[in-house]
Amino acid sequence: MMEKRYISLISLKRWLEKLNNDGKHIYAPVHKGEKIDFGRISSTDEISFDHVQTTQSAKSVAFPRTEVLFSYEKEKHNVRLGNPASDSIPESVVFGLHPCDAAGFDPLSAIFNWDYKDELYNARKEHTTLVSISCTKSDEYCFCTSVNGGPGNTTGSDILLTPVEEGFLAEILTEKGETLMKADETCFEPDRGSVKEDYLVKLPKKFDLKTVQQRLNSAFESPVWKAQSQRCIGCGACAFVCPTCACFDIQEDAHGDKGKRLRCWDSCGFTLFTQHTSGHNPRETQSQRWRQRLLHKFSYMPDRLSVVGCTGCGRCSRACPVDMNLLEHLISLNN
Amino acid sequence: MDELRKKATELLQSGDVQMVIGYEKGTKGPRPCFISVPEEAHKLIFDEQCTGNLAVYLTHKDLIAGQKVAITASYFALRSILRLFTENQLQADRLVVLTVSVDKQLIVFTAVDDIAAYLQSAPVPKREDDAALIARLEAISREERWAFWTEELSKCFKCYACRAACPMCYCNKCIVEENRPQWIQPWASTLANVEWHINRAMHMTGRCSDCGACGAACPLGLPIHLLTRRIVQEVQENFGIGANEAVQKDNVLSTFKPEDKENFIR
Repeated sequence: MMEKRYISLISLKRWLEKLNNDGKHIYAPVHKGEKIDFGRISSTDEISFDHVQTTQSAKSVAFPRTEVLFSYEKEKHNVRLGNPASDSIPESVVFGLHPCDAAGFDPLSAIFNWDYKDELYNARKEHTTLVSISCTKSDEYCFCTSVNGGPGNTTGSDILLTPVEEGFLAEILTEKGETLMKADETCFEPDRGSVKEDYLVKLPKKFDLKTVQQRLNSAFESPVWKAQSQRCIGCGACAFVCPTCACFDIQEDAHGDKGKRLRCWDSCGFTLFTQHTSGHNPRETQSQRWRQRLLHKFSYMPDRLSVVGCTGCGRCSRACPVDMNLLEHLISLNN
Repeated sequence: MDELRKKATELLQSGDVQMVIGYEKGTKGPRPCFISVPEEAHKLIFDEQCTGNLAVYLTHKDLIAGQKVAITASYFALRSILRLFTENQLQADRLVVLTVSVDKQLIVFTAVDDIAAYLQSAPVPKREDDAALIARLEAISREERWAFWTEELSKCFKCYACRAACPMCYCNKCIVEENRPQWIQPWASTLANVEWHINRAMHMTGRCSDCGACGAACPLGLPIHLLTRRIVQEVQENFGIGANEAVQKDNVLSTFKPEDKENFIR
């Protein structure tokens, strides 16, 4: 489905306030110190509209950094299990994410439904509506157009807003989007016939995805990984800010006879990643872990899940303490 | 800069070193680079923008791989190098340390003691960026400070960029990865994050070069380098030694002497 409407900035704020009053949890880009990041808002005045990119992606709304999978308590000869409260997940709206973030939920959903349907992820995703905003500016780290995306791409969004003169062109893309619009349809006016493309940032392709994928298919033993990864210091910043990185680690918050099992974000950059109990580590050097990161996103995921594990948001490169610029490495693979 | 490139070329050509760890032009500012052939020495740069602490790479075993290396060290990296020598992590005959002084002179250190002497005479680089926040934190009450840090640290998602960027965090297994017993809760939550950052700061006591790499590395912009900076100040106040001296001494928190002023150890 696809329906076009127009909404002014004032009406947009009124609509968001209605959603907030209805009890929905609204997450939007807000100022956090010198950074812009997603946070739960109580007033529309908190929302930032003029940034290029938030520090983190919006993935934590469906895949939190730490999540209780279940709890347990020993009672004499029994163990009482507490299931996660997947039926009490709040209705959430992520507002103001960019198309690269909305598109990021496709690879995430593919991973969490690959061989096992992840109840918690699916429940959180089901209770989340994505209201994205097209990009009218970009920076040197952006490359969505090189990975099947674009500054006005609708993939993954329930509603996509494109800033046009004094307001927004609203594309209502899914039933969820329509339901959300109907929370106060009076805020939405008929489409004014704005040409969306005229308002989007122009972002030329930086590399050819097919060429990069072909090169990667035969690059497992290439010396390129060692050369590229020399300055990588092995932190998890790139993975944690990534909209599609889904690796997790299981931890136990145990206190005697009771405790909780937790799912926590993990990163292929860490030395403990894939380390076996025996001590053997299939990815024992930083160059192997860097290779894992690229191959996973650009080879394994397209092969197994028919989806590229990168949306070109550029966050990994912005977050990297030592400037491991992903785009630069992809361009060099392309050439 | 020409002097530095000339020296790097010489060192690589003569075989005195097999790799030069330095800075090159990056996306927005300088970034680390590793030069193994003389033809690439022209990439090297060194100016006041080069603040990342390259000493972190000296303990990367896969990278160094037994080679003799040269390093272009900033003021604070020199402090870290001194500390790594104190902790027996470096061998003087396998390392050439270079720096460029404030008056743009290339300095090639021939002995560890020369690094210490240089640090005593060279001016400490100024970092004005944090002055306003430090003044604010010093002006508020203890309870307000606790609230500030709890709020800041609650945002941490434990990517450990602070640890990875620190030359002093060279442990094969970090305490946060120990699970028999589990000393620190390894997941991200307010309490678990506070545990991690207090531990990190305490482990740096008397060892920290005060380079600020931990705070600069944080993708969330948390001012965690102010914790270690404060500890440098505490070491000065409680042990009477500044950062340049502390890095050459035994660990202040785990070394006991008969003349220590505390009565509880007598």
